[in-house]
Amino acid sequence: MKSAVLVFPGINRERDMARAFREVTGVEPIMVWHTETELPDVDVVAVPGGFSYGDYLRCGAIAARSPIIPALKAHAAKGGYVLGVCNGFQILTETGLLPGALMRNASLRFVCREVRLRVDNANTAFTSAYTAGQVIRCPIAHGEGNYFADAETLKRLEGDGRVVFRYCDEAGEITDAANPNGAIDGIAGIVDETGRVLGMMPHPENLIEALQGGIDGRGIFESLGRAA
Amino acid sequence: MKARVTVTLKHGVLDPQGKAIQGAPKSLGFGGVDDVRQGKLIELELAETDRAAAEAVVTDMCEKLLANTVIENYRIELV
Repeated sequence: MKSAVLVFPGINRERDMARAFREVTGVEPIMVWHTETELPDVDVVAVPGGFSYGDYLRCGAIAARSPIIPALKAHAAKGGYVLGVCNGFQILTETGLLPGALMRNASLRFVCREVRLRVDNANTAFTSAYTAGQVIRCPIAHGEGNYFADAETLKRLEGDGRVVFRYCDEAGEITDAANPNGAIDGIAGIVDETGRVLGMMPHPENLIEALQGGIDGRGIFESLGRAA
Repeated sequence: MKARVTVTLKHGVLDPQGKAIQGAPKSLGFGGVDDVRQGKLIELELAETDRAAAEAVVTDMCEKLLANTVIENYRIELV
């Protein structure tokens, strides 16, 4: 499986993302600077986390208007996979590749800790290595992960099984106490209508080997390896 | 010509910053603040001198960049 990782000014998780692809799939990803206008021929394009453009205007807003974005949209349109994590998820909503928006955490605090996620749809190219309802550990680190979408969009997301990950407690229950940012219905990750574009706030790339304290995040990269 | 763009959260969209601000006047003794909504103000210096053309281009900028119309409204004033 061939992958590329987009790099914007202010991004800081691009090496973690590249490492996860390298470790799990055995293939070195290609780093692509935001001023490029073409993508290499790859199966997956990852949009990593960080603080592109200092989160000025809105998180991901300026990165979403970068020269590389039309190529990212073209990659998605021709059926390529796109994985957006954290700031990458924010960028994908700002480009319109994913619906909704990520707002300031309800607590107004930056939250950096581990959460539990429930895999609500294991039938996607990103989650086939998991089982439906499986509870996994995953780190989060964000100040603006409070997912919001209007009622109609939410109905469509829920109806089509496009909510892939939800914040949950250890038993897999979706509770307010287990929700780190106030995201509506505990939504932590969604896919687009084709199922080939995933955006999620938690960082699976930071839990792929024992050194990091667990391997619960590997499933995403393993799933992509099988799909692509 | 100067354009002043005011971006505010739509009604029904939770504004945690506004809520946090709302608590502060009360603790300073200012009563009667029923709600606070925080937004942002963006000022643009435009080369354009025609009002209609300026309004059109700023509207386009708002739709494409300055506001996220999923969660925000915008208002344009030309000065």
